[in-house]
Amino acid sequence: MPIAESEVRWVKAPTLGLLDRLYIPAIIEGLGTTIKHIFQPPVTQQFPEERPDLPANYRGLHRLNRDTEGRVKCVACYMCSTACPAHCIDIVAAPAPAEWKDREKYPEMFVIDELRCIYCGMCEQACPCDAIELTSMFDLTGLTREEMMFDKEKLLSVFDQTAGTEKDPIRTKAGALSCASEPAK
Amino acid sequence: MLISTILTILIIFGALQALAGGLVYVERKICAFMQNRIGPNRVGPVGLLQILADGLKFIMKEEFVPHYADKSVFIIAPAIGLVCAMLCFAVVPFGATDNPADADYITHYQFIIAKNVDIGILFIFAVSSLTVYGIILGGWASNNKYSLIGGLRSSAQIISYEIPLGLSILGVVLMTGSLNLERIIWKQASGGILEWNIWFQPLAFLLFMISSFAECNRLPFDLPETEQELVGGYHTEYNGMKLAFFFLGEYTHMVTSCFLMVILFFGGWHFPFIAEADMWWGLKLIVFVAKMALFIVFYMLVRWTIPRFRFDQLMSLAWKVLIPMTLLNLVAVMFVKEYGITPWVLLPVSLGILVGAGLIASQPESKESPLAA
Ligand code: SF4
Ligand code: SF4
Repeated sequence: MPIAESEVRWVKAPTLGLLDRLYIPAIIEGLGTTIKHIFQPPVTQQFPEERPDLPANYRGLHRLNRDTEGRVKCVACYMCSTACPAHCIDIVAAPAPAEWKDREKYPEMFVIDELRCIYCGMCEQACPCDAIELTSMFDLTGLTREEMMFDKEKLLSVFDQTAGTEKDPIRTKAGALSCASEPAK
Repeated sequence: MLISTILTILIIFGALQALAGGLVYVERKICAFMQNRIGPNRVGPVGLLQILADGLKFIMKEEFVPHYADKSVFIIAPAIGLVCAMLCFAVVPFGATDNPADADYITHYQFIIAKNVDIGILFIFAVSSLTVYGIILGGWASNNKYSLIGGLRSSAQIISYEIPLGLSILGVVLMTGSLNLERIIWKQASGGILEWNIWFQPLAFLLFMISSFAECNRLPFDLPETEQELVGGYHTEYNGMKLAFFFLGEYTHMVTSCFLMVILFFGGWHFPFIAEADMWWGLKLIVFVAKMALFIVFYMLVRWTIPRFRFDQLMSLAWKVLIPMTLLNLVAVMFVKEYGITPWVLLPVSLGILVGAGLIASQPESKESPLAA
């Protein structure tokens, strides 16, 4: 549909007067702006010493949540790896041990390639039992590619590191689909 | 005499290089402050050792010459740039100098390498325009389209801006009656602050400053090295010490032109009550260098304030605006000299020329107005 003539607004460039043509007032005005900024406090964050205050929904490194008994909460449903647009989640499911009464399967292997991940958070949204979450840890480094393949133990240890902190509280409560990380209220 | 000259040369040579390093630091700091940042602050206290770190980095880098480049020219080019920039400094006074008419060069040390050169300012223009060879040869030898365009732009720009640069100071030269820089300083210093040329030649000062921005390839006119269009311009292919030579040359050029502005328009080492003609040389040196430093800071402020010109704007600014204005200014000085009118007439005349140019440019019907550029 073409744009209606009434909606088109023609803007003309402002005509420059004598003062504008001399350029000098404009330059002085510009210098005034930049000089003003010299005396404003810097906005720099001295990164390694000062840490940024990230919002709670920041999407950083993943963690695999534990349930109340400290077991991995994941039920190996493959929802996350299906949803993942970067195809970076690799799960091998196995029948859950006999004493795990609440589920049939658990992930024998659970690897996320953090180098391929685009930190979109789809996995977190897809997970039916809130087993995978993105934390606010962002400064992960590794010397090799293998180091950046985070396996189940590593992802669980991320949970142990972040669960107690204020920044990444356990966001899930008891749910119908799975066992809770925290006791149901 | 000879020994003191050699010592001066060595000190100046070292000081200029150190100064260039320092200026890079100051430039980065000022830029950072203007952008509400902190700037280099990791190496040493408030990042002061950054200068050393940068220097070391330049020295330690692999000296790489692209295999398609013209090796010998590629290596010579930065040297030409640096040497020409340094050579200019030979006739620039940088501290206390006496009246060359009755100076005693044996007992009184003069803060200048080549003393009493009667063609002083001419020498500077002659040699400084040679720096364009460094740039254009560098661009050519790199055998790279971006470098070549950068080099060509530079030559066009420098040749165009040489003219207003030279013409704008002719007024000062006429009023002093000499090309000798020491004499120009002495004329202003002996007359007090009201004899400074800035009062009689404000327009010439403005034009000279604009042209020297262009001569130094400083920001509003840094078209030879526009990062956005030309990668790095003429020094795209350069790295390590060779690149550092280009930078050194550029900063030396900048220091020279700041000294020149002080000498030509702001009385050199003279400052009322603080550094009068009969006072201690140390004060004169401090005043001189402080004035020069102010200009350098101004250069840097401008660099981070004014956006870059388009190339056709740059050219029409030089040919359609600066050159006619310098000519008019020159004619005014000639009139004043010929008819013995008080030079104070030149102050309103300068203003008049400026406003007149603005009036011509702001005529609405003129599509191709000179300042619209
Ligand atoms: S954050 Fe996105 S890319 Fe990364 S693992 Fe989850 S779904 Fe895949
Ligand atoms: S979606 Fe949740 S429960 Fe399913 S495999 Fe992924 S992490 Fe495990």
